[in-house]
Amino acid sequence: MQTHKAKRVEITIEAIMQSRLTDALTKAGVTGYTILPVFGGSGRSGQWSRSGQVSRASGMVCVVCMIRPDRLDGLLDAAFEVVERHIGVVSVVDCEVLRAERF
Amino acid sequence: MDQILSLAATNLLSPIILCFALGVLAALARSDLSFPEAVAKGMSIYLLFAIGFKGGVSVADHGIDARLALSLLAGIVLSFLLPLIAFALLRGMTGLSRLDAAAVAAHYGSISIVTFVAATSVLESSGIASEGYMVAVAAAMEAPAILSALWLISRGQGDGRRMDPELMREIMLNGSIVLLVGSFVIGGITGADGLARIESFIVSPFQGVLCLFLLDMGLVAGRGLREGGAVLRPGPLVFGVIMPVVGSAFGLAAGLLLGLSTGGVALMMVLSASASYIAVPAAMRVALPEANPSIYLTLSLGVTFPFNLTLGIPLYVAVASFATGG
Repeated sequence: MQTHKAKRVEITIEAIMQSRLTDALTKAGVTGYTILPVFGGSGRSGQWSRSGQVSRASGMVCVVCMIRPDRLDGLLDAAFEVVERHIGVVSVVDCEVLRAERF
Repeated sequence: MDQILSLAATNLLSPIILCFALGVLAALARSDLSFPEAVAKGMSIYLLFAIGFKGGVSVADHGIDARLALSLLAGIVLSFLLPLIAFALLRGMTGLSRLDAAAVAAHYGSISIVTFVAATSVLESSGIASEGYMVAVAAAMEAPAILSALWLISRGQGDGRRMDPELMREIMLNGSIVLLVGSFVIGGITGADGLARIESFIVSPFQGVLCLFLLDMGLVAGRGLREGGAVLRPGPLVFGVIMPVVGSAFGLAAGLLLGLSTGGVALMMVLSASASYIAVPAAMRVALPEANPSIYLTLSLGVTFPFNLTLGIPLYVAVASFATGG
């Protein structure tokens, strides 16, 4: 099966910032993304769990998108504008996709 | 004095407050008791709808008067003013930075709708009447405090970029406000006839649902206290207990000036004493992300909310009864 090289960007961010991030990604030309719930974790800001939150705004979400490697810089610039001052993690890994024209 | 203590003791031993205490104790004891997220959300929607609707029906019964407008205005002024007082207290009695102090202060100018609902229930159980439009006052007091906190920060840093229009829209149209105001308007339009049609749904089960909801809130508050308690030093902890009492004094003065009923004065005290833990934390995460959320969430949810529910509400109702001769 023919596969194509792509980049998988995973951004874990506060739920309250979700729409701001996805708006920025869309403006940067990202054609699709997936939003996943985050159940809890631990980091520089301490431990937290979804069950300990009063509202969704206090929780975290994970936004995952796959793009062609030549578009990575534009995406990261757009994402950084939003996440710079906020709690979160941005990671990039190499991956392969079947239908390159979709990314 | 005996009468005040007796009223306070009766309120303290009501099922809703005991359910809340059970939740806190269960969380502190690390019990695995928990509510599914969707159930908790469903209960909060039910309670907001019921309290808003009943408030609207009460206004439809008694009519709109100048006192309603003045009460709304007083609520807005208090919400703008209380963060300034909280900020001064925080800077004077705690070692918090200007940024953290402003973020905490915003919470104490805004309100906790759950505390308000619990207080309304306590008043109903005690047979103390209150103005139905206090629901609208509660909604009006949600947002101004956030502007006060942002003003405190921009004044110190010459930074006016904190409040963007999108954030303002999110604050003004947050789900709780839309549901509360919307059901209040529906209750006002449909009046007693509307209430008669859905009474079996929004009146009879109300206390039972509130008990379960407060049990869940007790679990959340207890977990918050357990996880965030370590970040709080004695100064902020003392503030979390003193500030609601200070706020309630302003609410008492406003209620008496407005000539509200005993229940109305008590609710104005509760609103002024309570601290937000839903709308304001979300706004602070967007506008002041550098402020430490562990401090303001633990204070408002883990310290002030339990204080108000267990000791505050009985105290405010007792003081309001004494001050109005009710």
